[in-house]
Amino acid sequence: MAAESSSADGPTSQSPIARLRNRLEGPNTIGNSRQFWAGLALAVVALIAFPILGGGTGNQFSLFLVLGLLGLSLSLVWGYAGILSFGQTVFFGVGAYTFGIVSINFPTPGGITGAVLAGTLAGAVMAALLGYFMFYGGVRDVYVTIITLVSTLVVLTFMAQTAGSEWTIGEAPLGGFNGMPGMPLLNLGVEGIFTFQFVFNDLELFLPLVGPFVVDPFYYLSLGLLLVAYLGLRVLVNTDFGRVLVAIREDEDRTQMFGYDVKRTKLVAFTLGGGLAGLSGVLYAARNVYIDPSVFELYFATLPVVWISVGGRKSLLGAVAATIAVEYLRLNIGGEMALVAVGALLLVSILVLPGGVVPWINDRGLPWLKDESIPWIKAKMGRVPESEATES
Amino acid sequence: MMKQALSQSRSGLGAIVAVVALFAIGSQTAPNLTFRIYYSISFVVLAAIGLAIIFGIMGVINLAHGEFILVGAYATTLSATQVGLPLPAAMLVGALVTAVFGLIVERVIISGFVPNWIAQRTVGRDIIRPFYDRLADSMVATFGLSLVMVQGARIVFGNSIDQIGVPFGSTAGYPDYRIALVGITAGVLALVYLLFTQTTFGTRVRATMQDEETAKALGIDTERTYMLTFAIGSGLAGFTGALFAPLLSMQPSLGDQFLVEAFVAVVVGGASVVVGTSLSGLLLGPIDALFSDEFGEFAGRIALLVAAMLALRFLPGGITGVVDDLRERLEGGS
Repeated sequence: MAAESSSADGPTSQSPIARLRNRLEGPNTIGNSRQFWAGLALAVVALIAFPILGGGTGNQFSLFLVLGLLGLSLSLVWGYAGILSFGQTVFFGVGAYTFGIVSINFPTPGGITGAVLAGTLAGAVMAALLGYFMFYGGVRDVYVTIITLVSTLVVLTFMAQTAGSEWTIGEAPLGGFNGMPGMPLLNLGVEGIFTFQFVFNDLELFLPLVGPFVVDPFYYLSLGLLLVAYLGLRVLVNTDFGRVLVAIREDEDRTQMFGYDVKRTKLVAFTLGGGLAGLSGVLYAARNVYIDPSVFELYFATLPVVWISVGGRKSLLGAVAATIAVEYLRLNIGGEMALVAVGALLLVSILVLPGGVVPWINDRGLPWLKDESIPWIKAKMGRVPESEATES
Repeated sequence: MMKQALSQSRSGLGAIVAVVALFAIGSQTAPNLTFRIYYSISFVVLAAIGLAIIFGIMGVINLAHGEFILVGAYATTLSATQVGLPLPAAMLVGALVTAVFGLIVERVIISGFVPNWIAQRTVGRDIIRPFYDRLADSMVATFGLSLVMVQGARIVFGNSIDQIGVPFGSTAGYPDYRIALVGITAGVLALVYLLFTQTTFGTRVRATMQDEETAKALGIDTERTYMLTFAIGSGLAGFTGALFAPLLSMQPSLGDQFLVEAFVAVVVGGASVVVGTSLSGLLLGPIDALFSDEFGEFAGRIALLVAAMLALRFLPGGITGVVDDLRERLEGGS
């Protein structure tokens, strides 16, 4: 619905690329310039080449990309809809466990593909349920945060007591704190037509000039999904729906007065975020071929909030960049100081840069991030008040 | 908001008498059940009171609340086992240490006074905006603090420290110490109530809470009021930790056990510290006790979560709002 209205004031005979950019760009996202896209393309190429040139298979790095999806989900829910949720890891964990349960029961490529979808859907359904009771129950603002926080603790308590054999769904025991081993490897496709195993299946390839190298297909799967999710969310937040979301974030009551269905909009955003978190959980479980209740722990629940606070909650790019950076740091610091470092990072970033790093850099006016020289973008920018346009 | 008139009116007095009478009757007829329920009420009230003061008065959500309780518990345990203080003195030390700790946290993080003071002298401008009434930001910041504190405690003290033995014996198969906690809870509530209604400091706090600008114009040092309020809230959280120190295993993560009850109680209770917290304790304590005993800890927590969501749905102002309504209706009718 947004595309029609926004293309109306742009030139009608646009090239496909211009039409695509028209959808991807707007005041709600950082990076609306040719230079930005060039930079992003460069970054993607670098990420594609990284396992080839860096020597490794990209196996380790794929974890950060998977968690990037979780970061994006919170960026949508908190950064754009203004709902601070500590529950993204609940949907993450529910997605992971659902994937485990379904794939253990149907360990065929078709079944596993179904398990991926089921896990994603389970995250969305869980979010929709919780969101329905919260938003339609009149729970607002910080109380939503408290309820999501309490939900995390409740699910942890629940999963912790599922060690007994009565907690077996089909063939899949939930396993309490021991977790759920024995998942089949991520083998997607349909039997008889095409299947491909994405984990523990290092491909030995050969490139002229580079020579032989080994790559992990899962790395490219997660990179592709992260890129699709990022671009998809960019399209979403620059539609009318995205504008309503931002309006709700800025002033919920006023948005309601304008006649928007605030509750439904929040529920839709929350559900989408839950689905994205669920997908992230599915990939996490598939990558590790294992899942345990530690994903429901308070510590893990805070990590997305840390990433988003550091990167900038109102910026999808910041979410992805900070997720990768913080997780990289966290794993490299390692040991007992990791938690202290994460906490301190969170504390300092919210104290000194409440907006986050990426918007801060953007405000400092890196010209390649800020270019508004393209006419239809100017037209789009012009339709929102200056204060709102620059704020994000 | 904090008129506290319920306890001043006859109905408030009646409620207190009823609670005491129920305890007296129950302890004769069904002692174990009565003790369990009253202990559960005390647990909810003690878990929530420090949080309620800081939230209700300063508009700061302290997600490090559990870790303030941890500070109190550790300080008590260490001063009893390492220094050899008698338990009551050790508990006071625990509360005091936490209050001082809270004061430092308030100056450094919540009000940003110390960093800003340094920044004024180096960069020449403030770098931090105070967290008062910035609910979401204060949550994030205090969560960072809580991570640092839990892991810091683990690094410094290891995964657990020696526990103090539970004092006193037991009555009807129920530990006397837990029964004593019920009485102590009542004492704490009474003290907080007196502090906020009968002292000049309390009047200042309530003025600051209702209208900060006007209070400032009337010569109240609101900054100082916030500072002391935070210290008192922290001190009470520390006292909670001190009281439960003999009952809990001393791990860096012990604060987590209080989080669910504390937050749900504050959500259900509403703005008023004493009335809201004690009434939500009276409501949630029995729910928690009955569901946990019958169906396990998980069911108890689910029940609390459901209670919180129902309360948010039907009592937007919390129990405080209902009490205010009720009082207005009573006063209007008579």
